[in-house]
Amino acid sequence: MQISDRILELIINSFWTILKPGLIYTIPLTLISFMIGLIIAIIVALIQISNLRILKGITSFYVWIIRGTPLLVQIFIIFYGLPSAGVTLEPLFASVIAFSLNVGAYSSETIRAAILSIHKGQWEAGDSLGMTYFQVLRRIILPQAAKVSIPPLFNAFIGLVKDTSLAANITVAEMFMVTQRIAAKTYEPLILYCEVAFIYLMFCTILSKIQSKAEEKLSIGQKI
Amino acid sequence: MFVIKDLSKSFGDSRILKNIHLTIKPNHTTVIIGPSGSGKTTLLRCINLLEIPNSGTLDLNGDKLSFNGERVSKKDILTLRKKTGMVFQGFNLFPHKTALGNIIEGPITVLKQPKDEAIKEAIKLLKKIGLEDKKDSYPHQLSGGQQQRIAIARALSMKPDILLFDEPTSALDPELEIEVLSLIKELSEENYTIVIVTHKMSFAKEVSDTIIFIDKGEIIEQGTYEELNESPNARIRQFLNAFN
Repeated sequence: MQISDRILELIINSFWTILKPGLIYTIPLTLISFMIGLIIAIIVALIQISNLRILKGITSFYVWIIRGTPLLVQIFIIFYGLPSAGVTLEPLFASVIAFSLNVGAYSSETIRAAILSIHKGQWEAGDSLGMTYFQVLRRIILPQAAKVSIPPLFNAFIGLVKDTSLAANITVAEMFMVTQRIAAKTYEPLILYCEVAFIYLMFCTILSKIQSKAEEKLSIGQKI
Repeated sequence: MFVIKDLSKSFGDSRILKNIHLTIKPNHTTVIIGPSGSGKTTLLRCINLLEIPNSGTLDLNGDKLSFNGERVSKKDILTLRKKTGMVFQGFNLFPHKTALGNIIEGPITVLKQPKDEAIKEAIKLLKKIGLEDKKDSYPHQLSGGQQQRIAIARALSMKPDILLFDEPTSALDPELEIEVLSLIKELSEENYTIVIVTHKMSFAKEVSDTIIFIDKGEIIEQGTYEELNESPNARIRQFLNAFN
């Protein structure tokens, strides 16, 4: 009884200490990186389906590098490597760059595929009304492509929530790093790491719920 | 008056249209017929520049566009497209917008009409096509014939100088075909300037002021249905009567 009381107390006492960096680091880091990454992804996808040869080459190179190297290595290059080249970045800023570039590279393929999945007749219908390329894209194509890309984009989103734990390696005091510190003090790694895993699980569960809502909302007017 | 001069179009090595000369009279209904692969649809698509001709000129009421294989300015393309309305074989309604949303899309986005005004005019069009009660329906909730009528209203919403129909009933069964054909006939009687590509010879006979017979990318003959029916060219006579 003594032991389980102590464990319970540990869980309760540490809960807020672990959750707090989750709220002030993990969630904002995820949201900001995902938003920037999504913008990069849309721009890269549009370039990939265009005739802009040079930009296409550059963006293909970018996707190739990011997808072909480990995220942790990229984070290390940006935070520990770049200072040797004279670029020193705040740890949080360095993480945002690394995560955004990652989301941008992976999700650009998702968005490209989603845009290409929209029937050519939709472009032509918009064109025939005299709409400009960007009007057709924004008002006709992207709303339909959004629906197709929601599930894979949420995959990336949920993946990013968990990947933010890698920022612990470059001194960002997010949830995982705080947990590591408490574990080192209390010698209860099993309980504490399970506790932080549970909090990640809760964050991702909320995102899954949001995904279902988003899919429901976007399926209006479209056959399932 | 819509004048097409010396228009040619190739896809790669194959020449689809060869030096087409054609004058489309205002307030007339022109029907383009011909065997499959003859270039009818390509000709129609060249009129609103969904296909850019390789050479020739288009002249819509004085707005002239010349083609010589170089890039055509986007502005010129858009100007011409605003004056033409297109109805597609596969309807191509926007699935994420209601019937009303489909119709007001062009006026709001392209003509910059205020939304309430666009809606007012769209309702008038919906009444005209007899689908006012379907204004809040999404395309997938409508029958093929209703979808095509909405697509016609969408084209009309831009108040185009010329209406283009690309095999408008090919995707419809005979029952639904009738409602679309009678709407087109109505528009024809209201003196809209119409160009239709179709295989329905009985319909061509009924609505056409002029019939263009096209084969292998060339206009073989043009005239009224009666004139073509008495053409010395047996193939044309056969074609007109084969599908009745």
